[in-house]
Amino acid sequence: MTGGTAVAFAIGLPLFGTILILLNDRYPNIREAITVTTSICLALIVFGLVPEVTSGGRPSFVLTEIVPGLPIAFEVEPLGMLFALVASGLWVVTSIYAIGYMRSHHEVQQTRFYACFAIAISSAMGICFAGNMLTLFIFYEILTISTYPLVTHSETKDAVKAGRTYLGILIGTSIAFLLLAIIWTWFLTGTLDFTPGGILKGKADGPVLGLLLFLYMYGIGKAALMPIHQWLPAAMVAPTPVSALLHAVAVVKAGVFTVLKVIVYIFGIDTLAGIGQDDWLMYIAAFTMIAASCVALTKDNLKARLAYSTVSQLSYIILGTAFANSLGILGGGMHIAMHAFGKITLFFCAGAILVASHKTEISEMDGLGRVMPVTFIAFLIGSLSVIGLPPLGGAWSKWYLMLSAADAGQIIFMFVFMVSSLLNIAYLMPIVARGFFASAKADKHHDDHHGEVSFWNGVRFGNIREAPPFCLFAMTITSVGCILLFFYADKIYRMLAPVAGIQG
Amino acid sequence: MTEHLAALQVVIPLICAPLCMLVRYRDWSWIVALFGSWSCLVISWLLLQQVMTGGIISYHMGDWAPPLGIEYRVDTVNAFVLLIVSAIGAVVTPYARESVRAEFGVNRVYLFYTSYMLCFCGLLGVTITGDAFNLFVFLEISSLSSYVLIAMGKDRRALTAAYQYLVLGTIGATFIVIGIGLLFAETGTLNMADLAERLADKPLSRTIGAAFGFLVVGISLKLALFPLHLWLPNAYTYAPSVVSAFLAATATKVAVYVLLRFLFTIFDVKLSFGVMPLDSILLVLAVIAMFAASAVAIFQPNLKRMLAYSSVAQIGYMILGISFANVNGVAAGILHLFNHALMKGGMFLALGCFFYRIASVNLDDMAGIGRRMPWTMAAFVVGGLGLIGVPLTVGFISKWYLVLGAFERGWWFAAALVLLCSLLAVVYIWRVVEVAYLKPAPENAPDIEDAPPSMLIPTWILIGASIYYGINTDLTVGAAKLAAQQLLGAG
Repeated sequence: MTGGTAVAFAIGLPLFGTILILLNDRYPNIREAITVTTSICLALIVFGLVPEVTSGGRPSFVLTEIVPGLPIAFEVEPLGMLFALVASGLWVVTSIYAIGYMRSHHEVQQTRFYACFAIAISSAMGICFAGNMLTLFIFYEILTISTYPLVTHSETKDAVKAGRTYLGILIGTSIAFLLLAIIWTWFLTGTLDFTPGGILKGKADGPVLGLLLFLYMYGIGKAALMPIHQWLPAAMVAPTPVSALLHAVAVVKAGVFTVLKVIVYIFGIDTLAGIGQDDWLMYIAAFTMIAASCVALTKDNLKARLAYSTVSQLSYIILGTAFANSLGILGGGMHIAMHAFGKITLFFCAGAILVASHKTEISEMDGLGRVMPVTFIAFLIGSLSVIGLPPLGGAWSKWYLMLSAADAGQIIFMFVFMVSSLLNIAYLMPIVARGFFASAKADKHHDDHHGEVSFWNGVRFGNIREAPPFCLFAMTITSVGCILLFFYADKIYRMLAPVAGIQG
Repeated sequence: MTEHLAALQVVIPLICAPLCMLVRYRDWSWIVALFGSWSCLVISWLLLQQVMTGGIISYHMGDWAPPLGIEYRVDTVNAFVLLIVSAIGAVVTPYARESVRAEFGVNRVYLFYTSYMLCFCGLLGVTITGDAFNLFVFLEISSLSSYVLIAMGKDRRALTAAYQYLVLGTIGATFIVIGIGLLFAETGTLNMADLAERLADKPLSRTIGAAFGFLVVGISLKLALFPLHLWLPNAYTYAPSVVSAFLAATATKVAVYVLLRFLFTIFDVKLSFGVMPLDSILLVLAVIAMFAASAVAIFQPNLKRMLAYSSVAQIGYMILGISFANVNGVAAGILHLFNHALMKGGMFLALGCFFYRIASVNLDDMAGIGRRMPWTMAAFVVGGLGLIGVPLTVGFISKWYLVLGAFERGWWFAAALVLLCSLLAVVYIWRVVEVAYLKPAPENAPDIEDAPPSMLIPTWILIGASIYYGINTDLTVGAAKLAAQQLLGAG
């Protein structure tokens, strides 16, 4: 299979899987087998692209030309390669997790869930491999629309309200700002291709570029820059696998990935550094980092706390990009992968806690770690990675982001990173501490459900009441991933070096 | 045969109309109408091919040479509009069979097809003719028959709606005929090409100025430009489902075409947009139409009325494009003619399907309809995504060129307004989506099937086309750009 065909398959395969899933509405086992098989095939295809891309190849493929000069075209470059690897690899794990979670939680409309999930992954692949801004925009919008049914999955009043916020902010910003910025760029330059070094250089003067930067940054609602971050906490009404893969990895990373792409390939980091119009972006990103962490501290609901943590972590990447230097791009790109593994582990744990003990509030989790040891150990590993301690992957991306701040001469932002890390400790560690060291409160909810424990809804062993095996398996994989990423970070470094303009 | 295509385009539906009356028996009159609309589609397709390869076709009625005789003149602009009108006709007619039977009562079915064919003939005639007075005649044929069509609605308010439209439409027609009369008084000719030539030589006189004013106002009334749109919401709401779909997709589009023809071909661009400050007037009215009508649409409990207001807003987009008076802007206007016809036609057909099954198009009765009639609702949603302007739908292509036209003209605020207005569309479409999918159906709701295939397939043809032409734009953008160049080049 040549690179171009592989790209086409990577986008087409999940769509094909969607059709099969819909056809097997009545056979849950087959339906879920299809989901897992599709995800594994996709991951293999994406992994197959790696050698060509790391050796400098740029597999590409053109679907059709929509507007003269503006095709739906795909081209794989290292940043997209990295994001695709993360998204497709974690889809496999999430699919396995979802089987355990959805069955154990007796969710309704599971076929719709798996179908929309597959479409969302397909559009995430489209975003990863987009060869121009128009293609990226198209898949960006499909991603928003295909995740809407996932957010409103439970069909309750709260879900409908959250769905409104979700769609309103994401569609609203993307049409009002992002599309405007894209057409403006096309008007100025006559191209939207992602070009190393950028396409806007010399096409417009500073203030116009500054305005464009504003439109892009606030047009990419998925990057959750404050004050357009509310959709992300709202999206937490979705089933946990959705929060885990889509709202900690695919959707939000699609946002910061788009930010990276725009800065690197549309503006060009030299152009951006040259015009000096991005100071406001640094301050907004720094503010988002700190403010979101502070909000996270106040949240007792575990998923809400994790959501605000994600808002904060996304701004790490935006801040790194705003420094407009090689290390910032490198650190930002790396953080996409590192944070993905850490945060998905945390969400897996949150979901496991929900299905095994029906608890959502942190204050209720006293002593739960002794009942659910695997889950809480995974949570600890995930937390440490998000905080950025060695020997976990998160340490490296934070390292490069700090270096980048120093390189840009913005010492103040080094402090911001440090304060933010401290805040991470403050809102993540107490959960683990409560779980293991606090004594369990009298729990009236303890034994009044599920007399029988089946393979699908839990593991029980002595005092231990753990989540379903599928869930435990998934979170083990991702927490091991966090550790492995620490030791294999150089692979990511080498992959991203050409994008960041570092001689490998 | 091929040299008479231009005449056949109008003559076939004109003959079909009395035939429908004569055969009387319901399915026979339907077959006649089906033949009429499908042959017109073939003809308009052939005409467009001829024009795009061979240039302008000039057909002399009865072999009387213009300017004395009536000339049918087909260039890219009206060939494209002919295709839109006849394509909508060809899709709507098969749909009509079930829907009309259900809404009219079997005995009155032939009356529907008779007036339908007359309306079809009138719209095609307006589009194809090269003679200003002939245009007025066909405009009246189409208007009179559409008053009848609207009045056929089951709801008794259809009568008042038709009456309202009759009064306002007649005022519009009178303005148009006064305008044409003044032009005739000034130049002594009614042939459009001849008019353009003679007007170009003349200095701007009061007569010409007055003619211009009368024509623009009269046509604006016909195309429902804000604030002359008052007839439209009622007419579309209370008309039978098929009629709403057909008129929404064709009648106002033809009126926009007439405006283009007068502004760019007969009058000079320099007159229309230079001497007369029409660009800023149109710009302001179009923007108000976009925002006001979209905002009103949000609060409509009746979905047909909601779509009707949305149409007023979408007409605003077309007029906005025209007001830019550059190739991309005018092309966006023409493109949106086609694109909007597909989306709105498809959505009105979907509403017809709902009406067929649950006898209501009120939002309150739509609870849970997404489960009960999945294919129909899906069509409605895809059409709605087009109205919002989501990529891969035709609405996106229209907006792309519209915004590009605004940038070219230097009116960046208009570009921003176009996109901001799309957000209002998000609100009024999503309001329906929430009710249809996320609100449970009432307990006592009877089990219903989805709409019959004879209605569902035409609906999906239009909706499918709104996706297809959102991805493959060779035909639409190609024709629209060529048309815009011809219109602007002529001036």
